[in-house]
Amino acid sequence: MWRRILSRLSTSLMVAWGSVTFAFLALHTLPGRIEDILAGDLDYPGLREAIATEWGLNRSPAEQYLDFLLRIASGDFGTSYVLRQPVGGVLGSQVMPTVQLALAAGLLALVLAVLAASATAGRSRSARALAALLELLFASTPVFWLGILLLMAFSFSLRWFPVSGAQGWQALVLPSVALALPTAGLLAQVLRDSMEKTLEQPFVVTIRSRGLGEWPLRLRHVLRHAALPAVTLGGWLIGGLLGGAVITEKVFGRPGLGTVTLNAVLSHDVPVVLAVVLMAAFIHVAASTLLDILYVLVDPRLKAQ
Amino acid sequence: MSCPIPIRSSSRSTPATAPLVAIEGLTIRFRADGPHRPAVQDMDLVIHPGECVALVGESGSGKSVTARSLLNLVGPGAAVTARRFEIDGADARNFGPADWQRLRGTFAGLVMQDALVSLDPLRTIGREVGEVVRHHRLLRTPAEIRDRVIRTLDRVGMPDPDVRASQYAHQLSGGLRQRALIAAAIAGGPRLIIADEPTTALDASVQKQVLEVLRQRVGEGAGLLLISHDLAVVADLADRVLVMRDGRVLDAGPTGGVLARPRHAYTRQLIAAVPSADSRGSRLSSSRLETAGGPTGNSVIVRDPLPPRPPIGIDTVLEARGLTKVYRYPGRAGDAGRLAALADVSFSIRSGEVLGLVGESGSGKSTCAKILLGLVEPDAGWVTLLGQPWSGISEKTRRPLRRSLQYIPQDPLSSFDPRYRVADIIGENLLSLPRSRRQDRIVALLDRVGLDAGYLKRPPLSLSGGQRQRVAVARALAARPALIVCDEPVSALDISIQAQVIDLIAELQSELETALLFISHDIGLVHHLADRVLVLNGGRVVEQGPVEKVFLTPTQDYTRTLLAARPGPLTDRLGPPSPARRE
Repeated sequence: MWRRILSRLSTSLMVAWGSVTFAFLALHTLPGRIEDILAGDLDYPGLREAIATEWGLNRSPAEQYLDFLLRIASGDFGTSYVLRQPVGGVLGSQVMPTVQLALAAGLLALVLAVLAASATAGRSRSARALAALLELLFASTPVFWLGILLLMAFSFSLRWFPVSGAQGWQALVLPSVALALPTAGLLAQVLRDSMEKTLEQPFVVTIRSRGLGEWPLRLRHVLRHAALPAVTLGGWLIGGLLGGAVITEKVFGRPGLGTVTLNAVLSHDVPVVLAVVLMAAFIHVAASTLLDILYVLVDPRLKAQ
Repeated sequence: MSCPIPIRSSSRSTPATAPLVAIEGLTIRFRADGPHRPAVQDMDLVIHPGECVALVGESGSGKSVTARSLLNLVGPGAAVTARRFEIDGADARNFGPADWQRLRGTFAGLVMQDALVSLDPLRTIGREVGEVVRHHRLLRTPAEIRDRVIRTLDRVGMPDPDVRASQYAHQLSGGLRQRALIAAAIAGGPRLIIADEPTTALDASVQKQVLEVLRQRVGEGAGLLLISHDLAVVADLADRVLVMRDGRVLDAGPTGGVLARPRHAYTRQLIAAVPSADSRGSRLSSSRLETAGGPTGNSVIVRDPLPPRPPIGIDTVLEARGLTKVYRYPGRAGDAGRLAALADVSFSIRSGEVLGLVGESGSGKSTCAKILLGLVEPDAGWVTLLGQPWSGISEKTRRPLRRSLQYIPQDPLSSFDPRYRVADIIGENLLSLPRSRRQDRIVALLDRVGLDAGYLKRPPLSLSGGQRQRVAVARALAARPALIVCDEPVSALDISIQAQVIDLIAELQSELETALLFISHDIGLVHHLADRVLVLNGGRVVEQGPVEKVFLTPTQDYTRTLLAARPGPLTDRLGPPSPARRE
């Protein structure tokens, strides 16, 4: 088992290294001078020369690549010339609100999906049909549209929650719900489908013959089986949550990576964009690594293979 | 067959204690079946403590549904009615879901067929066994529960219960797994055990051990409802037996009486259709019990003979020499990571000969079949087919010869492309024929296996088990093979269907003079069908030779154990039929 985890971790490192290499290559194969690309919209005397010195552009590509790799590995993403700040600082201050939002939405989606699936899998036809309809509706509604609807209902009319900002837990409620619902819709569909398949397995009869009621049966036994396909979906969902968070933040006027990324793209702040892209790649790698390890924990049969 | 031999002592046939279950007029209907044919109709069932009652019947007879109705686990869409339905003295017709849940696991435990799929594969044996105790709060502290788990595992004869408790179902052998399933069912100390085909997936010697575990529970005073299609198992264990067909009880009474003097023609047929040494050379499906002379005469099994077989040819169809195969498990060093699946196995099959291959699971039967089918390369040794090299060659060289070697699997359904129709499945082996002639040939083949042109367009899922196996036979014959490898071809079929399919294979074999390699764990069946037999154990040939010689005068201890493990032949226990049928 440890051997598996180690080999999985080394693959993840390879993928992370690949993404850094790819970013480096992209920067060097873009048309135009690298100094111009990195400077973005900014122009003042001496800027290009300063960039060239900082990035060592007069050295050989191999040396530049090695230098780039080492800098990223040590957590140094360079300087945003547009914002005149280190990129690490720009992102660092904005990471937490986004992570908070993504985590809250992810947890909410998970709870909603598990409840909806457990309550309706293999039970009354009408409840199942209603849940399926709602799931389809949420799964196919864009995050920003849900956000606007929630804002109109709960902030403008009912005034239960603040319209914008990130102060206190109240400000987190509506963005989390907006971000969670599409994910929950999709997750519930997958969970119910695999729960219904599991409920047909012979061991379910055995468990019922021990006197377990429907809820203990579903939460203690069936859910774990149903979780396997959901875990497969997990990597994709985490990506979706992060991407959705960027849009949600804009709709709810929350600080976070979303605002930073959008501003960086608009002002051609390439160092920041590059850093966001690399970060997204690293998060994906980390998430899929974790999920693969989670697989083995959920299904002990995989250990033997 | 001269005098009736009692099946078991009937000293405790009717205990004076109150019955655990008393049911009269049980009728179970499924909504999907429509109003006409209930799954179970007007059935009476009484089970006393310390008594084993067996339900016997083929698939669809309603025996499993009856058993599950005792726990109200018949499934959605079923309507259960009864004139009397008492469980532990209480009228269960008024039970709500909570009453049933209280009952399950504490009053009655359920043991199902295949523990690999009947235990939650994601939880350890210990957690599964302890669940009843934990869920019903029979014991509170983890230490007490752990203690009960270990003791229960010990009671069912599980070696190293401490170690086994932390393992998962897939890590145990079939026999140990089945014991774990029994342990999980009895951990709550139920007074009634319902065992639904508890040994069907097991080898004969393991089956014997598992039945022993159940017998002990009955000896300790538990009631046992045993569901089985295997009359030999029932004869071994049950005090009373109910023979069911199409939801009705046809024959009922003390086991000795029912099996020795079966009143109903169906019971007689069930008993007679079991293949054995006695049925050699005759048509199994024609088996019937007849009375020799008058109502006091003995029952005799009468069978029609099969058409005479041509003598076995002198040409060797397939020869295997020194086959050896070692599987290696990555991550384990030395001998722990090596499994010798086959070691120095040699044999040959002549044209028109039937070679039986017997052995328990793990004996190397499957590996041997895979090598012969050219799916696995042996590590050492070689195979020739029709005098040409068959192992150690490229698939391209092998392909022209493949038609001469066909295969009939245990589960034909999974060997069919689910989107193909019967005509496509058989036609796959006839691609060399022009389209116009192919259709005629397929119809002719269907006719040979007892199906008609109406089956051409049927999807395999819509066929019954017996029909599927007939299609698999037709597919194999389409290639006009010199040799057919049959891998447990009837072990998933009911006894009467099994008899028909075996007759079909035997008839076609002798008519077409095709050689057969017949792999089976059923000694009686191999004795019925094979000319020669090869006994495998632990990847080695224990004994081989003419079937009569090996089975009647075995020279090796292992063969003797294998022969002793099968439940005794029912035919020894037949006596005179009872004068009148009791309703």
